[in-house]
Formats: sequence, C-alpha cells, structure tokens
Amino acid sequence: METATQILLLVAAAIRLATPLLLAALAGLYAERSGVIDLSLEGKMLAGAFAGAAVASVTGSVWVGALGAILTGIVLSLLHGFATVTHRGNQVVAGMAINIAMAGLIPTVAQAIFALGGQTPQLGPAQRFLNVALGNNALTFFAFLAVPATGWLLYRTGWGLRLRAVGENPYAVDTAGLPVARLRYQALLVNGALAGLAGAYLSMAANAGFSRDMTAGKGYLAIAALIFGRWAPVPTMLACLLFAFADAAQAQLQTVRILPSQFVGALPYILTVLVLALVGKGGGMPKALGIPYVKERGA
Amino acid sequence: MTDQTASQIPALELVDVQKSFGAVRAVRGVSFTVAKSSIHGIVGENGAGKSTLMNLVYGFHRADAGEIKVDGTARNITSPDDAIAAGIGMVHQHYMLVEPMTVLENIVLGTAPSGRLANTEREATTKLERLMLETGLSLPLDARVADLEVGARQQVEILKALFRDVQILILDEPTSVLTPHDTERLFDALRRLRDHGRTILVITHKLEEITRLTDRVTVMRQGQVVGDVATSSVDEAKLAEMMVGRPVLLRVEKGPANPGETLLELSGLTGRNFSDVSFHVRRGEIVGIAGVAGNGQSELLHAIAGLLPSAGGLAWKGAQVARRDAAHMRDAGIAHVPEDRQRDGLVQEFAAQDTAILGRHNDPALRRNGLLSRRAVRAHCEDRMRRFDVRPPDPAWPTRGFSGGNQQKLVLAREMECNPDLLLIGQPTRGVDVGAIEFIYARLIDLRDRGGAVLLVSSELDQLVSLADRILVMSGGKLIGELAPEDATDERLGLMMGGVTEKPVAA
Repeated sequence: METATQILLLVAAAIRLATPLLLAALAGLYAERSGVIDLSLEGKMLAGAFAGAAVASVTGSVWVGALGAILTGIVLSLLHGFATVTHRGNQVVAGMAINIAMAGLIPTVAQAIFALGGQTPQLGPAQRFLNVALGNNALTFFAFLAVPATGWLLYRTGWGLRLRAVGENPYAVDTAGLPVARLRYQALLVNGALAGLAGAYLSMAANAGFSRDMTAGKGYLAIAALIFGRWAPVPTMLACLLFAFADAAQAQLQTVRILPSQFVGALPYILTVLVLALVGKGGGMPKALGIPYVKERGA
Repeated sequence: MTDQTASQIPALELVDVQKSFGAVRAVRGVSFTVAKSSIHGIVGENGAGKSTLMNLVYGFHRADAGEIKVDGTARNITSPDDAIAAGIGMVHQHYMLVEPMTVLENIVLGTAPSGRLANTEREATTKLERLMLETGLSLPLDARVADLEVGARQQVEILKALFRDVQILILDEPTSVLTPHDTERLFDALRRLRDHGRTILVITHKLEEITRLTDRVTVMRQGQVVGDVATSSVDEAKLAEMMVGRPVLLRVEKGPANPGETLLELSGLTGRNFSDVSFHVRRGEIVGIAGVAGNGQSELLHAIAGLLPSAGGLAWKGAQVARRDAAHMRDAGIAHVPEDRQRDGLVQEFAAQDTAILGRHNDPALRRNGLLSRRAVRAHCEDRMRRFDVRPPDPAWPTRGFSGGNQQKLVLAREMECNPDLLLIGQPTRGVDVGAIEFIYARLIDLRDRGGAVLLVSSELDQLVSLADRILVMSGGKLIGELAPEDATDERLGLMMGGVTEKPVAA
C-alpha cells in the first residue's frame, strides 16, 4: 500500500515537473523544425515567468497575466528572429545573448517595480493557475494537448509541410515560390508564445510569484529533451517525462538519505548527459538547422 | 521548331537584360528570343553568365535593367512566385528537394493550402498520373526522395515544375550527374514536352548535347551573347570556337603508350563498396575506370590514396604497402585529385596560396628556418597560377572567391606539378569548360609521356575512350572486365557497366 501511494505521488510529481519542460521543448520544436536553433528558451522562460506574475499581480487576473507572459515571449522571439532571420546573425550567439540579457535585466526590472529584492509580490488564488481536474491545472492540460495538436499541424497540414521543408532545405522552399523568412517568423511566433507560457507555469502555477533564477536551467533541459526526442512531438514529450521523473525521484530520494544529497540532486543532470551521449547524433535533426538562409550568388 | 504556324510570338524574349554582383558584371545587356514549342540551348564557359541569366528569368535574382517578355507581354519578375505565375519553371543544377519528404510532398509543397493536406494530396495524385502519362516519366509518388537515384530526383524536379502548369521549362546543366541511360530518358521526355507545345531552355556546356537536342542555340561569353544560331547550321567545333573566342582542339591527340615497369599492383583489394579488385598500372600509361556512379570506383580511388581503409594486396613499386595512410601514399609519389574537389580538395576559407600547398606544406623549398616562408608560398602559388592560367592570378584571393573551373585548376596544379609517379584523378573535367578541358587533357598526356602513370575514374565514356590506354569496367564494387579503347563502343561499355560480364579479367 505504502509503495503504491509512493509511486502514484511520484508520477503526479513527474507530470507537474514535466509541464514547463514540455511547453519549452515544444516551443523549441517549432523554431528548430523551421531551421532556427533556439538556445534562448531559458531567457524567454525567465522573462515569461516574471511578466506573467507581474501582470497578474498588478491586474489581479490570471488570464491577463498569462497573456503578458505570452507577449513577452513573442517579443523576445521577434528579437531573435530580427537578429538571425532578417540579419542572418549567428543563431547560437543571438540565443545566448538573450539568456544573458534576461538573467541581468529581469531581476533589475523586478527590483525597480516592486522593490522586493528581485521578486514579485505573492500571488493570490485569483492570480494563479489552480487545479481544475485530476489534481492538475489548465496549463498542464494545455501542454499535453499541445503534443497531438503539434503532431497534426506538422504532419497533416500544408503549413506544417512548409515548416518542415524550410528547416530541411530553404532553397527548395524559396524556389517553390514561398517566403523563407515569413515561414521562420511564423514558427518563432508560436515559439515565443509557448516559451512565455512555460515561464508562466513556474511563477503562476508551480509557485505563487516570481523569484530570481527560478528557471534554474530548465530551458537548457528542454533543449536536451528536444534533441533526445529527435525533434518529433511524442518522443520529445516522453523525454520531458523521463527527465521530470528523474527530478521527482531525486526529490523523494533526498528524504531517504541513503546517498549524499549532492549526488542525488545531480542525478537528473547526470541522466541528461548520459542520455545525450548515448543517443549521439542520431537522425531527425533538421538539415538546415543553424544555417542562416542566404541566396547564393549565381555563377 | 516542329510547327512553324503555331505562333509567331516568341514564348520568351529578353531585351537588354543586365545584372551585376558588386563589381562583377555577370550579365551585360543580353537580348534574344525563344520560339514557342522549341528546345533552345544556352552554352558558354563557366562564368559566362548562363546560370545568372536564368536565375533572373526565374526571379531568383532581380535584374538591374532590361525587360523579360513572356508571350509578348513584359513581365515584372521579382521572385520565383512571379516566374511560376508567368508560366516559367526551373530545374536547378543542384536539386531543390527536401530529402526526408516524399515525392508527392515535395511536389505539392509550393501550392498546398495551409490547412489539411489529405484532399490536396489526393487531387495532386490524379493530376500527376496524367502528367506522367503525357511525359513518359514514371515515379513512385510515396517514395522518400532520399531513397531515389539521381535520375529519379531530376524527374521529381521536372514534375514539380509541370505540376505548376508552366509553359516554359528551364533546365540548368541537367545532365551533369546523369548516367548515359538517364540522359537518353531525359532527352526523350524533353522532346515529348516540346511536341506537346511546351518550350524548353537548356543550359549546358556540353556541346554534343546541344547538337543532339536543341533546335536553336544562344552562345554566351563574358556575360554577353556572342552568337544566336539554328543548331542545324553549326557543328561542335564552331560552337566551341564561339564560346572560347578562339579555335579549340576537341580531339585528343596522343601517340601510342609505352608502358614501362609496374608501379601499382592490386591483388584482391577489398574496401568500402568494392571487393576483390585486381589490376596493375604501369609507367607511361593511362588506365581508365568506367562505371555508373556509386559502383565503388570513387571508393577504390580513395582507398589507393590512403583516405579509406582497405584490405588485400596493394603493392607499390614491387613492395607491399603496410601503412596505408594519405601522407605515406603521397610521400611515396601518388598524387590524388579527388572527384568532389570542392569538398575534398580545397579549404574554401583559405587564401589560394594556402590551398595550393595543402598536404605539401612540408616541402623544404617552402620553408626557412623550419617555418613556412610566406614569400616562398606566395611565389609557389604565383608560379602554379601562371602555368595553369588560374584567374584572377592573385595568391591572396580566398579560395571560395574563384569560379568552379578555376578552383579545379588550383587543385590540379597542386597535384600535377609535383611530378607524381602516379596520378589518381576522379572526374577530371566535371564542371570544367571546353578551353580548360583541352588544357587538362594535354597535361594528363604529357604526364604519361614523361613516364608517369594516370589512373582515371570517369563517368564520361567519350573521355575514357579518347584518353585511356586501357579501360577497366566496374559494376557493383567488382571489376567486370577490361577493354582496349578501340573496342570500347558505347554499347559494350554500357552492357558491362550494367554488370554483364564479357570475359574474365586477366589480373
């Protein structure tokens, strides 16, 4: 009886922990299937987490707060697109620049507005995502429903066909008379919205308010899940669940105190490294990923 | 033209079209017309502006000045979308396909509405089946492009264009990677399209194809039209002269071979994609290897050069070679001009002078006090550039800044000027124009006559027959047979390349 309850608790915890990872990994999936590497998930989540909590706290509405998080994510995505799609900058550098800028900017803005040492005020029940059914909140349901929806969009619609094509061979898309840049911007819009929501989950569902560094590397973990899931929706979801399960197990193991707590705490990250090393460079990576689209000069 | 009464209005007319890239004037005021329902050729050397011109017509680049008229009406074509709307389709030299997707997905990519695909795909299948019937092309629509052969991929490109209802189809160097058989099939399909009223434009630098396929031909040199004639009124020699601007020797002139000592002897050599290969190469002869691309010839060449591992007997100057790595083979006197020179033979980011010493950087002549002497490296490159007529002759110019043909010459100069005992060379004239071909042939024969040996892999049968002293044929990774060039008809070679054994190989 005792073990059964423990396992159920573990699974429930894993689903909760997987939600922000999954939202962020799906955000990354849209960008990367269109050929844009997104290392800026961490920064977008942090900004989304703050914007969501701040707007909710000021307006008193959870939905306006979520909208704030979405728009913040989109603004950062457009910035990333402006640097990498319009001006063909290095995608990795632009992504890291967003992360570094947000890590510094967000606590500063938080301090300037709320003067609470880089935090937002505690959020009340009306300003948070509360559990609606089966012990889970609306964002969790949204995240897991987004998986089949993404699969349908990518593989069953003309838009998805073009999105995948532009990540594999933008020349084919251009010569077919389609706009490469517009398609990539469309992917980035979806990317920004999902990454912003991933952040909102942290500050408005898992916690009641924003605190410094609350993303704690989850944006990078989401990228690892995306790679492990070979840029496909369902495998990516499974990878998120695996990482989240390791995290939940780690939290429970901490209470048992058989192993040094530092070692137990490092388990999910060790697992990530192992998984990525074993998976290697297997297929699935969009071929044009990371390469800015430049029309070659005709011979 | 098959039907003179079809229409007097040309399908396509260019009026004083111009395009510059920075300081380079790629297209300088080009005007010509293409008659409806005809096959029109455009020839010229590398860098003559053919591809740029067609990219302008297709809207991939925007013209600086001039007019493009389709069916007598001036069109403002600024994107491929505009071109397709005007009824112009293009098959690029490098196929514009998404490899992990199916044939059908590639074809509907440009037209499918954003929503559900299922209906679109069903309707497209019906239309494509009709088009395949009309053209004689046949493709499995649900196969992944990555699994198709090169010839089939080209058919995907052609169908992709026809699916958009184009009336004018442009093909850029369509035969550069095709087998003779696929080339024939392509030409048949193009003739059928013409007879059904479509207009075909073919860009090529292969003169033989112009005379065989086209009704009319426009010759370009240095961004300008230097000739526009009915194909029946010219021959290959005349076309070559128009292209290069001076008479060109198309025939290879060489004396009989004087084979000497055996340099290279393979006995049962096995490696990636080839197995149990035995033959020898002697001083003073050119040995050719024929085969359809992908039958192990390239890997064999790479294995001899030490770039791929191999097992079995490999003897050099009478002694078995134990250490088969590239540096060792090179030091032993084997030079290698790889088939894909742009990938395997050059560092695009390097200055030409650095590309010109790759792998030969330990030469004491290039060093002073144990360090590379920049001055010696530069002088070395200047000398190679002069001998091989590389343009522009600037050793500091980055490798990627040279045209394809000139990049080839840089590699050829590096590998041929070190007086190797044996030169391994894959596809020596791929992507090279007539003037340069004449030059490369002369150098190969010169190397042979000075007592060197050449092992030549080529997919161009004419080239093998005219250059090689002996022709070996490979199929499915095995050596199928050997022919003397005078016995090597296209039919016999073609059969053997298809795997039909004629006689056992004398090792």
